[in-house]
Amino acid sequence: MSEMFFSEALRAALDEALEADPTVILLGEDIGSYGGAFGVTRGLLEKYGPERVRETPISENSIVGVAVGAAITGLRPIVEVMFMDFILLAADQIANHAAKLRYIYDGQVNVPIVIRTPAGAGRGYGASHSQSLESAFLSVPGLKIVAPSTPAEAKGLLAAAIRDPDPVLFIESKALYNVRGEVPEGAYEVPIGKARVVRQGGDLTLIGYGAGVGTCLEAADELAAGGIEADVVDLRTLKPMDTATILASVRKTRRCIVFEEGHLTGGVGAEISARITEGCFADLEAPVRRVAAKDVPFPAAPALERMVMAKREDIIRAVEEVF
Amino acid sequence: MKPPLALLEDYRKVLLIRMVEEQIERLLADGRISGTCHLCIGQEAVAVGVCNALRQGDQVVSSHRGHGHLLAMGGDPARLLGELMGKEIGYCRGRGGSQHMSAPALGFLGTNGITGGGIPIATGAALSAKTLRSGSAVVCFFGDGATSQGTFHESLNMAALWKLPVLYVCENNGYAMSTPVERTIAGGDILRRASAYAMPAERCDGMDVEAVECAASRLLQGVRNGTGPAFLEAITYRFCGHSRSDRLVYRSREEEAHWRRRDPVRVLRQRLEDAGLSREAAAAEAEAESRVAEAVRRAIEAPASDPRRALEGVQADV
Repeated sequence: MSEMFFSEALRAALDEALEADPTVILLGEDIGSYGGAFGVTRGLLEKYGPERVRETPISENSIVGVAVGAAITGLRPIVEVMFMDFILLAADQIANHAAKLRYIYDGQVNVPIVIRTPAGAGRGYGASHSQSLESAFLSVPGLKIVAPSTPAEAKGLLAAAIRDPDPVLFIESKALYNVRGEVPEGAYEVPIGKARVVRQGGDLTLIGYGAGVGTCLEAADELAAGGIEADVVDLRTLKPMDTATILASVRKTRRCIVFEEGHLTGGVGAEISARITEGCFADLEAPVRRVAAKDVPFPAAPALERMVMAKREDIIRAVEEVF
Repeated sequence: MKPPLALLEDYRKVLLIRMVEEQIERLLADGRISGTCHLCIGQEAVAVGVCNALRQGDQVVSSHRGHGHLLAMGGDPARLLGELMGKEIGYCRGRGGSQHMSAPALGFLGTNGITGGGIPIATGAALSAKTLRSGSAVVCFFGDGATSQGTFHESLNMAALWKLPVLYVCENNGYAMSTPVERTIAGGDILRRASAYAMPAERCDGMDVEAVECAASRLLQGVRNGTGPAFLEAITYRFCGHSRSDRLVYRSREEEAHWRRRDPVRVLRQRLEDAGLSREAAAAEAEAESRVAEAVRRAIEAPASDPRRALEGVQADV
């Protein structure tokens, strides 16, 4: 084990993949000597050269499209989209091409690309640099969506995403980049599609992903002081979603709160709530509660932004409503 | 001027595309093909001319109007028709249909239902060719309408910056669906759009296989030599509507008649007659007719794709 920042763990996964597989390339804006907007690719250009670490013009849709074309002809491109908000510029190539080509071409091609992108508010970046847009892609067949919660998880999930034959949207919570944590030595993978229970408790299930897992754990500690013990489920993968792990926990605790940094309406929490209702309605003691950002654009001023964001206090308030 | 036997070969290819497209029109009307198709009747010389300039291992990315490109790459007309009819023999067993089918084994990377959607994909295939040093050149077909999409500008820029081996071929048939080029392209000059991205750009007569092939070969030479991408604008015309619902209210019958006189089938027929090959031309016509009839029969008789398997293959089995 060695301790490293979340961003360093991501870099280690990229480094190992570039080292091990000559078909892996990186594409993105300012990923060269600048090291990417959040420093994740720092040093990789110097180590692997401009053919493997390819800096691009500001052209999100075509960067992803180029990655799709490269992926169906023998490369394994990893794209960095500087902010998740910019993913919308590439929505055509993600949803209409990357996610669909394998199926519509009847399995004659695979599209092994990873699209890494930072999400989340709380930095005062304003409406176009703060969103968590994963729910917009939940209903796109053919896409996988992954969101790690710790440095160790980040390294293992990114390694798995890179080796995965399908397109993976890999969401990096901005709030985590400067979080440190223990990371196992050497190469390893965390399987895509499996959630994990990070805290055991019998009274309530808290579900989160990415930085939301930390928020759920903090809330769980606070609740424990008041005598409520919570299961905390780290989804790890939003699509495919590990419904079995969710249902197993909720059947045990009979109460559930879903936390997400994105907006409430049509969010990830809505999907999870629907699955719980379909899967174990009779076991519920209370309605599933969703804690999410208010349906308002993220304002730039910190005091205003805080009003819109989903927070630990919102979880505590929601818990009061389910008991 | 091409030797007569090469002209005869071009005639066979153009005829095959024309006759297959005419059969598709009929099969759509009969209800044997559902949905919609964008036919390339009138534009066959572009597909044939460009694909004549390709080598084994080269790759093609097509547009929504892609049947001709697939056939020019050596596609099997029965498998093309089967795809449109939702049959097991279809290139994608009916999952793709007209606008979403591919035959990677032939170097045909796919038709594309999003205008301009294939341009970055072709650019990415060229990035693979360069990075993996495969020696392949990539051709990307699209219409005049696609040159107003962001992907056109983004992709040409990247290809030029990175000196990628790709030839962009704009089939300018004068209309983006119903809207004439004068109303979609400021300045009216597509070639200047490509030239802005620092690559060689040529315009050719898209009704003449030989003219297209000459220009494509010349441009591909540079592409293969590693000097970077190139652009070809082929001036052409579709005799049919944009798709099956098109009533052609936006253009005149006189204009259509003018272009009909330059029909690539007619042009080639005349050249063969002038070269004293009337008999061979007639034989080629009979041969194409029976080949296409046979393809239609095979496609109609082929078993339909199994709906029970429609839910399979969204993701790869690891």
